[in-house]
Amino acid sequence: MEISIRNSQAARSSDVTPMTRPFSPSHLKRQHLLDLAFRNTTRLFAFLVFAILAGTLVSLLIGSLPAIKTFGFGFLFSAEWNPVTEKFGALVPIIGTLATSAIALLIGIPVSFGIALFLTELSPRWLKRPLGIAVELLAGIPSIIYGMWGLFVFAPVFADHVEPWLTNHLGNAALIGPLFQGPPMGIGMLTAGLILAIMVIPFIASVMRDVFEIVPPMFKESAYGLGATTWEVVWHIVLPYTKIGVVGGIMLGLGRALGETMAVTFVIGNAHELSASLLMPGNSISSALANEFTEAVGGLYTSALIELGLILFFITFLVLSLAKLLLIQLAKREGKQS
Amino acid sequence: MIALYTRRRLVNGINLTVALLAMLFGLFWLGWILWTLISHGFPALSLSLFTQMTPPPGSNGGLLNAIAGSFFMTMVATLIGTPVGILAGTYLAEFGQRGWLAPTTRFINDILLSAPSIVIGLFIYEVYVISVGHFSGWAGSLALALIVIPVVVRTTENMLCLVPNSLREAAAALGAPQWKVVILVTLRASTTGILTGILLAVARVSGETAPLLFTALNNQFWNGNMNQPMANLPVVIFQFAMSPYEDWQHLAWAGALLITFTVLTLNILARFFFRQKSQSY
Repeated sequence: MEISIRNSQAARSSDVTPMTRPFSPSHLKRQHLLDLAFRNTTRLFAFLVFAILAGTLVSLLIGSLPAIKTFGFGFLFSAEWNPVTEKFGALVPIIGTLATSAIALLIGIPVSFGIALFLTELSPRWLKRPLGIAVELLAGIPSIIYGMWGLFVFAPVFADHVEPWLTNHLGNAALIGPLFQGPPMGIGMLTAGLILAIMVIPFIASVMRDVFEIVPPMFKESAYGLGATTWEVVWHIVLPYTKIGVVGGIMLGLGRALGETMAVTFVIGNAHELSASLLMPGNSISSALANEFTEAVGGLYTSALIELGLILFFITFLVLSLAKLLLIQLAKREGKQS
Repeated sequence: MIALYTRRRLVNGINLTVALLAMLFGLFWLGWILWTLISHGFPALSLSLFTQMTPPPGSNGGLLNAIAGSFFMTMVATLIGTPVGILAGTYLAEFGQRGWLAPTTRFINDILLSAPSIVIGLFIYEVYVISVGHFSGWAGSLALALIVIPVVVRTTENMLCLVPNSLREAAAALGAPQWKVVILVTLRASTTGILTGILLAVARVSGETAPLLFTALNNQFWNGNMNQPMANLPVVIFQFAMSPYEDWQHLAWAGALLITFTVLTLNILARFFFRQKSQSY
């Protein structure tokens, strides 16, 4: 084997003038230049990724300058949205975005935890793969499909069966009562939040599953050896060990929920009115943009919408950076211990 | 003592049952959504879907211009985004050991990966649509390309990092310059992985609606000119589903079924590729 390789190499080098060409200084120099060119080309494109984010920020800032100049900081706290008199405030969409995302997390976190727990600790081996695929299919469905399904199928069911029940049972409760009062319309903040919850579950669940799987088996086996039940192992060993990663995954899900556009646009109702009830239609930043941007006439209207986009960009940037930092920290600790 | 033991068993049992229920909860929504798509979408499927243009309300028609528009824009976006993504990913994996650029880019890429797509649409609107003066297929493709890039960067980097270092060292020991090592050895070794990334990116992009709203807009008619507003499946679905006309809504369901079917097929295909890849090591 070795001899044949040597033979073939000898045969090949005897075709060319032996040993001189590959090592000539001009050849080395050319290869060095090519190396340099290649490295710098890839560096340029890496920088392009960096430039996309910077460019987005700058262009949004420039686009929203007129609105920033006109409304100042008051933009963030005004609930008025009147294209006719050109008075704009971002309070309603901001609250809508935050409220729907909060509902999504409230439902999404426990369910995702349950799914991750089931996939890592309970599921029989042969079921893990198909279930994992199913969860990822849920993540793969385009958001516009969630929106259509939400509007045509889910909202009517929700209005007929769930919302009246909520109003009857929780509508008069002490603190949370006002949240559940109002006519059962099917569309509104609660519906939007619920659909967002379904959309973020696969994201949070798959991060949780991945971080649960990095727990060293030794830790779990020690606990089992001491007589702990499966739940105690998960609650006292797995979760504390992975809590940074779990929080990172939740933040990632939050980032998704904040920026989600189409699903929310279909079901939130698009009303620029402030209402205490979650059953009433509201608006979110992304759905205001999706609905109004192409129809906006006048520089100030467009500019106010772009400022909404800028606010959304800031919020998601913060949340996603935090998520990323937490996950990096977990990876570092992981590296140290292994 | 026994009471404590029973209580622990009970808590364990209850919580594990709840976990099972959570799993079923997730599957329930998936099943419901897929069932809705099939039951609403299948009756609306017909051959004219692929042969006729989007109709005005009240007359027959299909989705041909929207399907074609989506296809063109996705293709252009992939053609723009893939080389950029592969090169940037190569930098991160092969040259990114030192300096500030690689960690920063990696960080920013992960943020772009889950950044709101509607903001990407706004960005292209600001820098391209306004300077050109009209909506166009090119603008839509650009916006989609910006969504393709981070997906491809991420998978390319991950796949290149999977290539064993001994391969690189072997090539270097034979006297290959670094550019040859990267192009002929490491990139070639991770072809299937990178292909997986591209498939995932296409899957992600073909369902995107938000960035197309203010870039490609929509077009009622056949249009082969990328410099004009272009019909595309997601925006047509959005417009038709929100309309009060029943025949438009039927078309929207048919389109929804097509899109979901395409996206899920691409996802499964990518998974299949990746599985083969990870088995080969």
